[in-house]
Amino acid sequence: MTTASDMRAPLTLLPLRLEDVIFAVGSRRIIDGVSMTLGAATRTMIIGPNGAGKSVLLRLCHGLLRPTAGTIRWHSPEIGGAPRRQAMVFQRPVLLRRSALANVIYALRVAGIAPEKREEHAREALRTVGLEALAGNPARVLSGGEQQRLALARAWALRPEVLFLDEPTASLDPGATHEIEKVIGGMHAAGTKIVMVTHNLGQARRLGDEIVFLHQGRIAERAPADRFLKHPESPEAAQFLEGELPW
Amino acid sequence: MNSIGAAGSQALQLIASGDPTLLGIVLLSLKVSISAVLIACAIGLPIGAIAAVGRFPGRHALIVVLNAMMGLPPVVVGLVVYLLLSRAGPLGEMGLLFTPTAMVIAQAILITPIIAGLARQVIEDAWSEYREQLRSLGETKLGAAITLLWDVRFSLVTLVLAGFGRAAAEVGAVMIVGGNIAGVTRVMTTAIALETSKGDLPLALGLGLVLLAIVLALNAAAYVVKENAQRRYG
Repeated sequence: MTTASDMRAPLTLLPLRLEDVIFAVGSRRIIDGVSMTLGAATRTMIIGPNGAGKSVLLRLCHGLLRPTAGTIRWHSPEIGGAPRRQAMVFQRPVLLRRSALANVIYALRVAGIAPEKREEHAREALRTVGLEALAGNPARVLSGGEQQRLALARAWALRPEVLFLDEPTASLDPGATHEIEKVIGGMHAAGTKIVMVTHNLGQARRLGDEIVFLHQGRIAERAPADRFLKHPESPEAAQFLEGELPW
Repeated sequence: MNSIGAAGSQALQLIASGDPTLLGIVLLSLKVSISAVLIACAIGLPIGAIAAVGRFPGRHALIVVLNAMMGLPPVVVGLVVYLLLSRAGPLGEMGLLFTPTAMVIAQAILITPIIAGLARQVIEDAWSEYREQLRSLGETKLGAAITLLWDVRFSLVTLVLAGFGRAAAEVGAVMIVGGNIAGVTRVMTTAIALETSKGDLPLALGLGLVLLAIVLALNAAAYVVKENAQRRYG
């Protein structure tokens, strides 16, 4: 049994510091001066209206996009070429045309895990998300919920220090959503920092320790989840919650 | 009409009796075109994958050239290869002119751009879907190119067959560099051209039927493979 710590480099990635980050496409600033520090342990939910820049902010943090200005710095940055210590799960899972198990093994191979350990790690990850019975099935013909759980297993197999999730349950039914939330909760319990974009306030309350509320590319409010959802302090957040909440 | 009917029935007899001349021609055709396809894949698929995934200076020029070369006129390719391989040419020493090898070279040149150009399109479409995920996993560009080649393998079957069809059906290039020598470099298309002009319609028609049947059978097989794979792997 391998624990999370001995697959990881000794220095931790977190905290992640963003300073005056701007991301512009042409003259339009999608992220307009964001500064924040993401520490370990808490589950951070990023919420906000459509077009607020939530997904872009997540991609900037994960390194898929480069900021136009400002800095994004990990406490101990990843070394180029070394296995990544962070993972991301996208709204629509992108799976390779091979079996569910082979998809996880692929990620482990890219991460540089020794060949003889890959299958064991992969099966363990599939067990964690409840897909061990479907290990041999082609990944792309699984149901939507199963595909997303497989994407989570693929991320989980890498034992990332930080997991980014971009509306992972946006196109799933409540049953599948519940399964995904359970897995995310389990990963948090095992020590992975969760940073998640969600559109679902109920989900933000169930999974979130703190809320980062994004409005027009800026952080309008950042607060513990309970307080934010009951008593938002910024007028933008209050208005947003009023529009979104059914009660 | 009568002559077609008579030639047709004689052609079928030739095929059914396994006429050695006809069989020899068919086998040589397959050998030449399959070799050309293998070489074209070995060169064209990596070029297509790199052009799809890579970002390097001259990439756009490469894509334009590949696309333009997909329509290379076979006789021009034949002529160029002829000049290269002829006694006075730069590769004349090798003595390859009027050999099956020369025909393989000509056909490979003809279809490499087709395989590379079509593969580039297929892989680029897949890349736009997979890019973020593969980068998130920390995959390198080269690793991504290989992964994508494997992931679109069922689509590649169709384009490899398109290359084979073009090679096997082509007459101008192999006529020039092969010389259509009986028993040595005579393939289906050059034989059809010759026998027709000589008036041996049964043999010409028989070869034509075999050529059609091969292309049809290959495409049917590719279709079945692709459909099954699509259902199984999504």
